[in-house]
Amino acid sequence: MTVISVVKDAEARTLTITARFDAPIARVWQIWSDPRQLERWWGPPSHPATVTEHDLAPGGTIRYHMTGPEGDRHGGWFRVRAVDPPHTLELDAGVADAGGHQRPDTPTAVIRVALSEPAGGGTQMEISTAWADDEAMEWMLATGTDAGMTAAAGQIDELLGLPARA
Amino acid sequence: MTSMKFTPAHATSTAICPGPGSGTGSSVTRVALASGADSVSELARRYPISFAAVHKHVATLERAGLVTKTRHGREQRVRGDAAALRSAHRLLDDLEALWHGRIDRIERILAHPTERAPQ
Repeated sequence: MTVISVVKDAEARTLTITARFDAPIARVWQIWSDPRQLERWWGPPSHPATVTEHDLAPGGTIRYHMTGPEGDRHGGWFRVRAVDPPHTLELDAGVADAGGHQRPDTPTAVIRVALSEPAGGGTQMEISTAWADDEAMEWMLATGTDAGMTAAAGQIDELLGLPARA
Repeated sequence: MTSMKFTPAHATSTAICPGPGSGTGSSVTRVALASGADSVSELARRYPISFAAVHKHVATLERAGLVTKTRHGREQRVRGDAAALRSAHRLLDDLEALWHGRIDRIERILAHPTERAPQ
């Protein structure tokens, strides 16, 4: 079993999922550090991601969009809060507007990644995502699953039209 | 490992844990939910923590939209928002499924290291 632990905290709107992979830590780090690999797993199968900018340095930005079967595009971005290869990575995640530009006024989640080498070999990856509010959770659902992508394209437009939250 | 800055205290848990957090803040929420409405001072009496600590937890839960605070004369009453809690639970369940999909895809990428060479 790849996923070995799931911890959900509804009050903190936090999901921590821990998985173990049969690969060296440097190899697992590449799924974040190599944009060509990142775009193969971030988006759902029906909406593959295209990473257009990838600066995995503190303060750096990663931009991507996902393209649906109708050619519809849904943009997003990460901002690197902290990075310590190949062990830890901390990202702000947010929505991009229709033109693919990031909206720094609307951070929606903080993603913390921690890689370690357990005694039994392989690599353990813990990914903890803390969402700012329910809308942020809805947004990641809408842009993370096939069903969400199909059903919620309109909702995303609505979300993007929302005024910035305080 | 000293570089594991982001490891939460529960990281060693190997059990699937579907419930909310087990800290005092969530206890306050549960009590507020169970009793419909409660005063901050009553909550402080009921728990071995200070009035200020209860205030802090309630403020956190209020910011998260999980409780609402109303003033009745000299008392501040706290009401848990059951709908918001259920909503957050449901969303987390769906988000867990989303991440299982991502982990599966990562696993497949790692299983075929030569499929596409890293940059």
